[in-house]
Amino acid sequence: MTSPVSRGFHRRSRPAGAEAGKLPPGQHVTTDFPVLSAGPTPHTPLQEWTFSIRRGGQTLRTWTWPQFQALPAETVTVDIHCVTRWSKLDTVWRGVPVRALLDQVDHDAQYVLAFSDGGYTTNLPVKDVSGGQAWLAFDYDGQPLAPEHGGPARLLVPHLYFWKSAKWVRGLELLDQDQPGFWENYGYNNYGDPWREQRYTGD
Amino acid sequence: MARTAVHGRLSWQVATVGAVTEETDSVRTIALDLPDWPGHRAGQHLDVRLTAEDGYSAERSYSIASADGEPVAITVERLDDGEVSPYLTRELRPGDQMEVRGPIGNWFTWGPHDGGPLLLIAGGSGVVPLRAILRHRQRSGSTVPVRLLYSSRSLADVIYREELDQWSAEVRYTLTRSQPSGWGGFSGRVDEAMLARVAWPASQRPLAFICGPTPFVEAVAELLVARHYPASRVKTERFGGA
Repeated sequence: MTSPVSRGFHRRSRPAGAEAGKLPPGQHVTTDFPVLSAGPTPHTPLQEWTFSIRRGGQTLRTWTWPQFQALPAETVTVDIHCVTRWSKLDTVWRGVPVRALLDQVDHDAQYVLAFSDGGYTTNLPVKDVSGGQAWLAFDYDGQPLAPEHGGPARLLVPHLYFWKSAKWVRGLELLDQDQPGFWENYGYNNYGDPWREQRYTGD
Repeated sequence: MARTAVHGRLSWQVATVGAVTEETDSVRTIALDLPDWPGHRAGQHLDVRLTAEDGYSAERSYSIASADGEPVAITVERLDDGEVSPYLTRELRPGDQMEVRGPIGNWFTWGPHDGGPLLLIAGGSGVVPLRAILRHRQRSGSTVPVRLLYSSRSLADVIYREELDQWSAEVRYTLTRSQPSGWGGFSGRVDEAMLARVAWPASQRPLAFICGPTPFVEAVAELLVARHYPASRVKTERFGGA
């Protein structure tokens, strides 16, 4: 299909050279930090916060907030890409590599289902969270992560569309079989690679 | 026809622009003639792709403003520093063509079987998907009780005003920046006192839909949770920077 040309439509501003190669197809750069959530923002006090790794109804490992904060954290600068078409470049986060958490349990699972306060879930292949490209982030831009952006802690999986970076995350369920999460059940792609523009089911 | 899941890939198709309606100084509704539309649920959105003469293209998502069975329409607010919305609200004319795919999103949607009572709360152009819900409710003959609380800067900024004015029992406005003399509606931001008068009691198991700018949605959702609305019955859609 040839795309019809929109007379009078033109590029408003050309992304700087450094940005051009960093933008997946169909995305545009924002300098804001938009929020996309399905419901009200949960507020879990840090005294009640835990992060758990579960399998088949059993909790294999749990960290309290102080235990989690004692783990070695990294500062990372990454580009994030939301399925609603904004991308934010060079965002700075501090977080614990998910691999460091998974390494503390003995498992051979192929998939994880991240679960969050408020009932949100999202599914990911284990290889996407264990290869040094996923973090459990608690700081954004040098400040504690704000509740509307997923604080106290959220997943940060920047190589996939940002809904995979579950806000308010409280743990990972280890799975043998892939199981779609929240948005994946409501019409969004099961994997969500922005460079292949996997926005919706079937993309 | 309502669908609960999207199967297969959503293909781009060429839409022809039908009627264009100026809603306010900065907002217009654009009817789209689509050769292959599978129907949609109220609250869903669609993607638009514009292509320039030099091959540059840009994509955006817009809420569908119409009910299923009506001509598909989007309502677009002009953001002066935007790339696509100034084109859609200023340059686009009936008969023009552009690419569209959809419908998209199965969460922020309502159909008669979802029940209610319905509480719809809109900030600015967040009224668009809620208007689709109102129209779908009416067209489907649903008797689910509904209330819409719509926050706008001024009366001149109210989108769909003629249409909404006909729903005098169901629609309440609040104007945050300026009110005409003799204004009988609410003034100022949505607050607890306003919700005490508009929101269904939690005991009636209401279903709430909130759409608007992020700070608006955050504030209203918190007020509803404080009124003991279960979080699972408060559906939100946010736009704009935080």
